Amino acid sequence: MSHFKTAEGKKLYGLMAEFDSPEKLITACDTAREAGYTRLGAYTPYPIHAVWEAIGHHKSKLPLIVLIGGLVGAIGGFMLQYWASVEAYPINIGGRPLNSWVAFLVPAFETMILGASVSAVLGMFFLNGLPQPYHPAFNVERFSEASRDRYFLMITTKDSSFEPRAVRRLLEGLGPTEVNEVED
Amino acid sequence: MADLTPDARMGKPPVVAPGHTPGSVTDKISEIVLTRTPRWWWVAFGISFLIMQALLIGLGYLVFEGIGIWGVNNPVGWGFAIVNFVWWIGIGHAGTLISAILLLLRQEWRTSINRFAEAMTLFAVACAGIFPLIHVGRPWLAYWLMPYPNTMGLWPNFRSPLIWDVFAVSTYALVSALFWYVGLIPDMATLRDRSRRTWKKIAYGFAAMGWRGHAAHWHNYEVAYLLLAGLATPLVVSVHTVVSFDFAVGQVAGWHATIFPPYFVAGAVFAGFAMVLTLAIPLRQVFGLQDFITMRHIQNMAKVMLTTGLIVGYGYMVEIFMAFYSGNQYEEFMILNRIQGPYKYHWWALLLCNILAPQMIWLRQVRSRPWWVFIVAMFVNVGMWLERFVIVVTSLSRDFMPSAWDTYSGTRWDWAIYVGTIGMFLSLLFLFVRFLPMISIFEMRTILPEAKGAHKAHKEGDE
Repeated sequence: MSHFKTAEGKKLYGLMAEFDSPEKLITACDTAREAGYTRLGAYTPYPIHAVWEAIGHHKSKLPLIVLIGGLVGAIGGFMLQYWASVEAYPINIGGRPLNSWVAFLVPAFETMILGASVSAVLGMFFLNGLPQPYHPAFNVERFSEASRDRYFLMITTKDSSFEPRAVRRLLEGLGPTEVNEVED
Repeated sequence: MADLTPDARMGKPPVVAPGHTPGSVTDKISEIVLTRTPRWWWVAFGISFLIMQALLIGLGYLVFEGIGIWGVNNPVGWGFAIVNFVWWIGIGHAGTLISAILLLLRQEWRTSINRFAEAMTLFAVACAGIFPLIHVGRPWLAYWLMPYPNTMGLWPNFRSPLIWDVFAVSTYALVSALFWYVGLIPDMATLRDRSRRTWKKIAYGFAAMGWRGHAAHWHNYEVAYLLLAGLATPLVVSVHTVVSFDFAVGQVAGWHATIFPPYFVAGAVFAGFAMVLTLAIPLRQVFGLQDFITMRHIQNMAKVMLTTGLIVGYGYMVEIFMAFYSGNQYEEFMILNRIQGPYKYHWWALLLCNILAPQMIWLRQVRSRPWWVFIVAMFVNVGMWLERFVIVVTSLSRDFMPSAWDTYSGTRWDWAIYVGTIGMFLSLLFLFVRFLPMISIFEMRTILPEAKGAHKAHKEGDE
């Protein structure tokens, strides 16, 4: 798989094409998919749904993670109050029941939001594999423009049908401003 | 395309000045952070930092001497500390409203103001958080408020609104910080790629966590951002509701009212938008950001301020009506005491600031002049502080037994700590505008014609 070499003789990770408009990137993604490549990296300076759809989208698992986090927060928060007020430190305050569940709903609501929000952020990091200090894409000098106004498509050697010359020919036919080798 | 939008036909100023591209937006906003520190920044930060010293000295003396240095007495046990707490936390609410609720309502104009409104929220909550801690009298024992297993075998009383407040405010602070940081990640990547100095690259690179804008990452990111907005929306409403419970659950005349939660939430948004305007109008001027924070933003925010101000005005009327409708002599006395008692000047001044001054926004001539809007916003900032002062102090100083009555005023230490938090707020804000992009760069790119074109082209392709 990774026996391909760059021009300098380093290990090759993939080939990256740079585009100057989102439309070109979307067309490029579609064409690459039709040509049979599946391990595509499409990089944009802002979220573009069409790109995600073009490289083969699937539903995010995040909502499920957030639901679980919220439930854990709500139930955990309520149980903490129940245990503290009924088991650990029962005290009569103005004749109110030990299990004053109506009052306990307020902190339980807050812990629910807390659990759900923390799991939304940590879940997003986990699903995206962040923090990730190193990625081969950063070896391409022009890639710094991916956070400004350029759109990149990378076809990687992980693709079983990857063959440098064929991939380069495909990418160069899509109207890129540049095609670069990505060093692993 | 820009001159054919429905907004333009209705004579509304655009959300972004025409002619901008993703590249120009990126350069303009990141340039503010990456170029040399302007001289005025040192002056402004230096003044704010000096004012902050009043807080540090005040807090130091407070810990040394005790809360006897404040004006609080019997019966007025809730003085400046609670007034300032409610004032600051209310100011914070506009940031969350702009970033979360306006996102869910697809209000595109929020894009260029949400970042610094969120920063304002964080700093306002930081200022607010100081006051309950010092109000407990022995701030070094404030951690007793948290439920944790301890050798005393004690647990907090979860039936008390004051403990609800601990949960609400600490959750709010944490969720606001998370929301803000998540929003910053793609922009940290932009700054990492734009900075020339190695240490800046490393610092921004750390904060960006290796963000590279992969389509799959954007997908999870957008889901996370939307979910956080959906969670922050009920949270922000709950926070000021819980703050109002601190009053409403008590039986003091003037506090024990069912109107309090909605009236407090509206008041919070009112005060918060006034503060956003107070900050946005000078900042857009000094940084030359009129292309991004346009008259459209200022007018919209002014209109939200006017609307919530009217809700607050409704709250005042209901308070007066309910006092007489209740037939309760303490409630009736409370209102008459507000109108003609020892704090009547505070009450009439708050009506002038909160009810009368915002009516100027009805006039197009006023709301299309940033500095006039700024003046109205300053009135509201003062008025909302007076409102909390009147609520806290008039009711406590004239309670059920005339033999217990006493008057209250803040001492020089009360003022030092209060003014000091304003210094802290401004210092944090100046640090923020210097080191972080004050406008969300990636969100600005999404509202430009280039990004819209991408969506449109794809939709047409599908059909």
